Amino acid sequence: MATTMRRPTDPAPPPASSIGPGPVCPVPLEETQRVLLGHGSGGKLSARLLREEFLPHLGNDILAQLGDAAVLRLGDSDIAMSTDTFVVKPLEFPGGDIGSLSIHGTINDLAMMGARPAFVSAGFVLEEGLDLDVLRRVVRSMGRAATEVGVRLVTGDTKVVERGKADGIYINTTGLGLLDGLFRPSPDRARPGDAIIVSGPIGRHGIAIMAARNALGFETEIESDSAPLIAIVDILRNTVGVETRVLRDPTRGGVASSLNEIAAASRVGIELDEESLPVPGEVGAACELLGLDPLYVANEGILLAFIPESAVGRVIPALRAHPLAAAATRIGCVVDQHPGMVVLRTAIGGTRVVDMLPGDQLPRIC
Amino acid sequence: MCLGIPGRIVEMHDDRGLAMGTVDFGGIRREVCLQYVTDEVGVGDYAIVHVGFAISKVEEAEAHRTFEVLREMSELQELDWMREVADRSLDGWAGGAA
Amino acid sequence: MKYLSEYRDPAIARGLVKRIRARASRPWTLMEVCGGQTHTIVRQGLDELLEGAVEMIHGPGCPVCVTPLEQIDRALYLAAREDVIFTSFGDMLRVPGSHCDLLQIRARGGNIQVVYSPLDALEIARRNPGREVVFFAVGFETTAPANAMAVWRARELGITNFSMLVSHVTVPPAMTAILDAPDNRVQGFLAAGHVCTVMGWTEYEPIARTYRVPIVVTGFEPLDLLEGMLMCVNQLEEGRYDVENQYVRSVKREGTPRARGIVEQVFRLVDRSWRGIGEVPASGLGLRPEFADFDAERRFALDSIRATEPAECHAGDVLRGKLKPMECPAFGTRCTPERPLGAPMVSSEGACAAYYNYGRYRSTAAAAT
Repeated sequence: MATTMRRPTDPAPPPASSIGPGPVCPVPLEETQRVLLGHGSGGKLSARLLREEFLPHLGNDILAQLGDAAVLRLGDSDIAMSTDTFVVKPLEFPGGDIGSLSIHGTINDLAMMGARPAFVSAGFVLEEGLDLDVLRRVVRSMGRAATEVGVRLVTGDTKVVERGKADGIYINTTGLGLLDGLFRPSPDRARPGDAIIVSGPIGRHGIAIMAARNALGFETEIESDSAPLIAIVDILRNTVGVETRVLRDPTRGGVASSLNEIAAASRVGIELDEESLPVPGEVGAACELLGLDPLYVANEGILLAFIPESAVGRVIPALRAHPLAAAATRIGCVVDQHPGMVVLRTAIGGTRVVDMLPGDQLPRIC
Repeated sequence: MCLGIPGRIVEMHDDRGLAMGTVDFGGIRREVCLQYVTDEVGVGDYAIVHVGFAISKVEEAEAHRTFEVLREMSELQELDWMREVADRSLDGWAGGAA
Repeated sequence: MKYLSEYRDPAIARGLVKRIRARASRPWTLMEVCGGQTHTIVRQGLDELLEGAVEMIHGPGCPVCVTPLEQIDRALYLAAREDVIFTSFGDMLRVPGSHCDLLQIRARGGNIQVVYSPLDALEIARRNPGREVVFFAVGFETTAPANAMAVWRARELGITNFSMLVSHVTVPPAMTAILDAPDNRVQGFLAAGHVCTVMGWTEYEPIARTYRVPIVVTGFEPLDLLEGMLMCVNQLEEGRYDVENQYVRSVKREGTPRARGIVEQVFRLVDRSWRGIGEVPASGLGLRPEFADFDAERRFALDSIRATEPAECHAGDVLRGKLKPMECPAFGTRCTPERPLGAPMVSSEGACAAYYNYGRYRSTAAAAT
């Protein structure tokens, strides 16, 4: 088969060309020599990239934990460190922007390990030609987000690249926080008998971004749920304390991917109750239209908590008292059967496995 | 092929000779081509939409009837089912199933 | 969502399951034709709930899965061309061709865009007059009216940089191919509700009569499927073989005449090869000569691109219900959702993909007890 596979010489077309929070999930048929979009989706391909390309050369016992943040001993203190790079498109969307997202995302990762975020650094890659008004809005938004949670941006860097690269702005933020006492949630601590709580409705961020990109042509009132989760974590610290086994913010790959990772790390099975999943009407409708499953859609302002079943009764009301967790609900539990597997019980009474996707979800017509 | 979702027509217009409209799916709105159902539907009606095209008007009366029948069927007591099955076997039996 | 959520009512569903179990005097084997129906059955675990009363064989109702290897290779070739913007429904991006898939082409620099509607592809052509825009027109009869309209409008609006790579398939010939197979086990069909929304059900009447199988036009929600199964089981218990309509809120006997009309004006019946099944005469749609200008196969001279199906994939046997996915030697080992060998593993509706997730749990659970 005579095929030319050269790079196109034209510049990338306008936003319509890159679609969805990655509705593109390349599944390699054979060993591939290239990075695929699916490698960034948070699914199996991402895990493989990490395992096969990064860990062999960069790994150590701390990195191998693969938690949301690394727990480090520095002198007499235990600190947590987390880094994240933000490449979201469009830069500004209902409910937030790349600036606020870059602060929330990193401090949330610290909070998921039980740390109190204190300092953040920010590295910017700016595209030549970016409108300075956009930059101003994004930076102001970052400042507001940091002040809101009492975190200080203490060091940073800026680079500029040629027009056509960096999609306007890429931001990397790295955060440091202090771990106190014995509050140490960790993905490998789930155990049979634990209950799983979600702090709010699922699927808002991913759908809001998809709509904002407009490639699939639908309109919605849904906004990203991008928010700092420190206050929610504090509620858990105060009501459940050190028995808080796992905390995770289900970002890319959605609730399903996070639960699969935890099931694997803790070597336990997870059972979900479909009827209890809090899917807002419009998120459900958008998913119906596009053939997506809300369990795989990204979130930026909710967390999953694994706590002893006995604590559920007092945790739910405490969470619901906070505006960001008004819809907190129990969605499932940890079991010792089918370790590593997440199984969902449907409203009708059937069961199905909720596996990790190879890459991202694709909108479908079938 | 399969993914057809019911939505409510909230607006209709003509785009250079093609019947188009805005359809609301539980709060999500999208532009939809109404060319195939244009003589059957008006604003407020529901249509089944597949890949951005309305392929049928939802027959609301039929929909309600189906639902009520289903609900009744599922609520019958076991004794009633058995009686129904017995009645049907007496009426409709055509000499043995394959 | 109105006219959707009601048909998921769990209490009514459980009641219908009980009725089906009470009604079936012996186990019956049914086939649901459409991939969307397979999807619901698997997601809701309906198979599991009906075990012993009804066995569902998942039909070849996923146009994505049955698109012939050759068409995929042609798509890959087009997508790799510098002068082409290749547009497609999302489902097609993961389908493997002879050497790779559309997403890998994208990684190598191919301009590939996912669209929700064929009219969006036409709009991309309108906005990019200097590029060739090709749309991958796959689907059953449900999608044919939409794809036909894209071509119709292109001609009407004078958009000449637009063409379609057509790989349409039609349902009735596939059903007869399945029924003709000597080892066929299917005793009744749930016909595809949205295909019939467009086409009506007249084409199925001769099939029901000739092969003496009940055919029930069925929707896609749990209550639709359960009611369709119940209607089919009733017929089987009573020795009847009629075409009946469960999906009355959307389907009429004559279908949607305007939609059928444009399909007849733009497309004609052609022979098509179904991946994993082989050639089925008069089972596909191709562009009529009047619209040849919009046929990508002609515009880009794709005839020289040929492909042969790999011998190892037993997809055909699975699609006919002769082989259960787990019985295929490659299942779960050389063939997985991450690295699919054949059609039924590719899409989430494919029988093999469904069993990979759903069936795995059950066999794990069974092993544990």
